[in-house]
Amino acid sequence: MAASDIAAVPATIPGAPRRASRLRRVARRPLPAIGATLLALLVLSALAAPWLTSHDPFEMNVVDRLMPPNETYWFGTDAYGRDIFTRTLYGGRVSLVIGASVAIASTVIGLFIGVLAGYFRLADAVLMRIMDGLMAIPGILLAIALMSLTRASMWVVIVAITIPEVPRVVRLVRAVVLSVREQVYIQAASAIGTRLPRLMIKHILPNTFAPLIVQATYIAASAVLVESYLSFLGVGTPPEIPSWGNIIAEGRLYVQIAFWNILFPSVFLALMVLSINILGDGLRDMLDPRLARRI
Amino acid sequence: MGSYVIRRVLATLPVMGVVAVIVFLMLRLSPGDPAAIIAGDNATSQDIAQIREYLGLDQPLGEQFVRWIGQLLTGDFGNSIYLNRPVLGLIMERVGPTLALSISTMAFAILLAIPLGVLAAWRAGSWGDQAIMAMSVLAFSVPVFLIGYGLVIGFSLELELLPVQGFVSLSESPIGFLRHLVLPTVALGLVYTALLARITRATMLETLNEDFIRTARAKGLAEPRVLILHALKNASVPIVTTIGTGIALLIGGVVVTESVFAVPGIGRLTIDAVLQRDYPVIQGVILVIAGVYVLVNLAIDLTYSLLDPRIRY
Repeated sequence: MAASDIAAVPATIPGAPRRASRLRRVARRPLPAIGATLLALLVLSALAAPWLTSHDPFEMNVVDRLMPPNETYWFGTDAYGRDIFTRTLYGGRVSLVIGASVAIASTVIGLFIGVLAGYFRLADAVLMRIMDGLMAIPGILLAIALMSLTRASMWVVIVAITIPEVPRVVRLVRAVVLSVREQVYIQAASAIGTRLPRLMIKHILPNTFAPLIVQATYIAASAVLVESYLSFLGVGTPPEIPSWGNIIAEGRLYVQIAFWNILFPSVFLALMVLSINILGDGLRDMLDPRLARRI
Repeated sequence: MGSYVIRRVLATLPVMGVVAVIVFLMLRLSPGDPAAIIAGDNATSQDIAQIREYLGLDQPLGEQFVRWIGQLLTGDFGNSIYLNRPVLGLIMERVGPTLALSISTMAFAILLAIPLGVLAAWRAGSWGDQAIMAMSVLAFSVPVFLIGYGLVIGFSLELELLPVQGFVSLSESPIGFLRHLVLPTVALGLVYTALLARITRATMLETLNEDFIRTARAKGLAEPRVLILHALKNASVPIVTTIGTGIALLIGGVVVTESVFAVPGIGRLTIDAVLQRDYPVIQGVILVIAGVYVLVNLAIDLTYSLLDPRIRY
């Protein structure tokens, strides 16, 4: 079916969900919508950071150090007298960049390797042994070890978090390809002479998209969390960049006298991870009903 | 049976082999000169050359690998560059607190998660089920340090019931040992509990729809008996498998939790090694932990093949 044929199909197919029923569905299961709204607010607060605050994330007021939350400093100040509210907003940018980059990178790399493994028997044996080996090393530990290899930068953090995530995507894609390639319509397409690249792109790959989108949201959530862990441990994002993990790592020294140093960035972090996870659950229920029933 | 055991045991060899290759290549394929990275920013070219020679980095890659594997097989994990002591000894010194925390966390999570998961599946769709599932999403999302510092502020600083941080060995003082373990166990255990509760609920839901459950209920068995003896027993394979694979998640969390509570375990050793670019220690820790992961999962698979004849392939 060519694109023009699809355009000829009437916009409202009988039996297809209409607007009203979709709204009703959202009302019955409000969680995904709440997650999406929360995430949108967090994204907005990160993007609009310069307009939401009159402070600078690096501006130090040593006189005002370790002040509790007040009218000038909404979330209080850190040991250098920097405004935690401002730094928390800017920290959201780091988390968003890392979450999105890791999700995209691991999905693309995992898709490529997964298709190779799923379609070519020889590649499968080798690639899956490598993936098994990678999965035997706990993700955070592998990321920590990778961070030791070169001078830290945001890109290194992204690579270090991406590598442990790849095997999960590969397994998912491989499983889909393996089950799809035995389907009758693939044999039919192959029998009428469809070439391999076209078969792959037009007939096999689309089957991986729904589970991949769901997986990518979970990976984004996990990446945001892992970045904060790496930075918290002092082996993540370079300390001069105000990421949530870095703010918390500096604040932990003053947890007894100035808990707001870790409270606010931690709460933002938890809200972002929570909203992405809820969104992922919603997408899963929507795109992949088979999985939804199982977990 | 015997052939399954042999095949399953042999299957661990390629995994460990790949782990060894990854660990070996990581340093060698990293951008830049590994010897210069290890030596640090203020090193002279003489220092760098010395480190290169010490680690054998000046020799051909294949030769390095064969020599390294040979040493590993005799239990020689090399020496720490920073402390100039055998890596395996350093790991053994630090393994106690990590092992204690891992075991207590696992026990805590299993004891809490399985009843919760069974309950949620039994009354699927009820507000209790929804509350348990909502809590599990929350536990997945809240960072360990927020829970950890929250517990410290509440139970240690405000109520003064438990120690703020640190570790006391079991032989030193059994009471102190337990008191120091409580907060890290709860902080770390919640994520693991969430994972296990979800998988318990999912497999229980599936099992509860089976015919033999209907039969059990029809012949008038009491509900707890149906749930535990008939359903949970049959749902246990995926649950125990998840306990095994979840160890990877657990160990990642242990590193962070040890840092929050200043527990002198493997996590602390690893972070110190990374900050000092003490590469032999990092390699040793990864190999040992991956080895533990592979062996635990091997043990779980073999136990199941003994208990459940359906598992043997």
